[in-house]
Amino acid sequence: MNKLRKIKDTAYKWVFFAATLFGMLALVVLVIDIIYQGMPRLNWDFINNFPSYNPERSGIKAALWGSIWVIVLTAPMALVLGVSTALYLEEYAKKNWFTRLVQTNISNLAGVPSIIYGILGLALFVRAMSLGPSILAGAFTMALLVLPIVVVAAQEAIRAVPQTLRHGAYALGASKWQTIRGIVLPSAAPGILTGMILSLSRAIGETAPLVVVGAFVFVRFVPEDPLDKFTVLPIQIYSWVSQPKQEFHELAASGIIILLVVLLLMNATAVFLRNKYQKRF
Amino acid sequence: MQGSVTSEKKKVSRWPDKLVPAFLFSSSLLTVLTTVGIVLVLLSETLRFFGEVSLLEFLTSTKWTPQFADKNFGILPLLNGTLMITVIASLVAIPIGLGTAIYLSEYAPEKVRKVVKPILEILAGVPTIVYGYFALTFVTPLIRGIIPDTSVYNALSASLVVGIMILPMVASLSEDAMLAVPRSLRNGAYALGATRFEVALRVVVPAALSGIIASFVLALSRAIGETMIVTIAAGALAQVTMNPLESVQTMTAFIVNISLGDVEPGSIESRSIFAVGMTLFVMTLGLNLIAQFISRRYKEEY
Repeated sequence: MNKLRKIKDTAYKWVFFAATLFGMLALVVLVIDIIYQGMPRLNWDFINNFPSYNPERSGIKAALWGSIWVIVLTAPMALVLGVSTALYLEEYAKKNWFTRLVQTNISNLAGVPSIIYGILGLALFVRAMSLGPSILAGAFTMALLVLPIVVVAAQEAIRAVPQTLRHGAYALGASKWQTIRGIVLPSAAPGILTGMILSLSRAIGETAPLVVVGAFVFVRFVPEDPLDKFTVLPIQIYSWVSQPKQEFHELAASGIIILLVVLLLMNATAVFLRNKYQKRF
Repeated sequence: MQGSVTSEKKKVSRWPDKLVPAFLFSSSLLTVLTTVGIVLVLLSETLRFFGEVSLLEFLTSTKWTPQFADKNFGILPLLNGTLMITVIASLVAIPIGLGTAIYLSEYAPEKVRKVVKPILEILAGVPTIVYGYFALTFVTPLIRGIIPDTSVYNALSASLVVGIMILPMVASLSEDAMLAVPRSLRNGAYALGATRFEVALRVVVPAALSGIIASFVLALSRAIGETMIVTIAAGALAQVTMNPLESVQTMTAFIVNISLGDVEPGSIESRSIFAVGMTLFVMTLGLNLIAQFISRRYKEEY
């Protein structure tokens, strides 16, 4: 009887281990498949060419620049709004119904499907504000999309700054804002930055909201100002995946390699920052 | 004289303390306004949509053909597609995710945990467009190799990959809940001679049940709202079917398909994406609120 229970224990250990292995195996297969399909077409021409109906001459230049434009515009908006909201909630807000409402609302927004943000962006920025399917409309949409992530990350970073530091500043006669600017924000900066990078890497990978906003699938120019039409890496990849021809699927895989390398670099930066500046109080 | 100068100086250096809170407050209002904006936009266009299409048809008709000459607006085919994807994805993600969580929290040596956790994080950070590519170019041929008369675009391939996508969420949230179960509970059971499996199944999982169920509900919500995998791999055929080897269209995939086409703003096709978006929003919001309620209401205190 006892032996049977032991056998059962060991058997289930392997069952649970197999479950764990499944996820990792999926990742390995996915990465190998993409490298195998995408590597042959990955060269300088691919990065420096515009998309074309001829797969041999097709590249991601427009999408790469579009993604850079969107991120460069999204980042400051999300950073300012996210950190401001977090500062308000952590440093100023009284514990009342309104604060609870804002807090609950932020966690709910984090669970709203990204395509709903696309619909909001379409109605609000593209149509009501007449920005058209422009980079600016896309960046506004993306800023709202990643805002909840930035707020939560910034809140955690601000909360991790010990009260004693604040009290020290007040004891020296600093005002509340001087304390926040001089003590709280610098101490929380690495955590905020890490959250910011992670949220932007989410924004770089997002496809659906920008499709709804109307990012073009076939763009053969580098955008020059925020009101230009644009496309982004994931949308370019999508347009290749949805072509029936095998050659275009290979292009999609090459595009995915670029996308994943960008994301990997960003995540590595975030991990590096976290390790380098993580303070223990 | 001297006094008035210093007091003026003081006034100048203290102005941020009056203005900053106001600015910060208005920023935090924006998150509330975002929700209000989403609801207003969806509601106003949806109401106009129902000015032209009856709510009864929307909820009961089994035909969804907004782009045909003979237009039908029954949400059931899209719901059918969405729910089929969600159910199959959950059948993949829930058992495997829970198994992973149990392994990591009860069995795994620290070294293994340190390797597996970051890998799960990577899996969670992979853009859905990449999963979509994987579904269409890898999983679909695999399925068609086994069952040759499967459609090129089929619900099975898309939902298996959606399952892989939500797996890290189930695993990591369930593991968090299980890690929060205090050691003393486990030690009590071990002292009575329980095996690790018995401790996991009879002590840890029941104690962490609220967190585990909340993770399931959140994963369901994520599967319902997932867009690119189903747009790429599941097809664009809005039909009521129980056969996962056929093409289906989900609510999200429909929104993408309309967005890619040239539809007049203000036309009924254009409005239909708001009605579908509203349905999607209500469903996911409901699930998210349920998940929050479960994890708050049934949180065990130790």
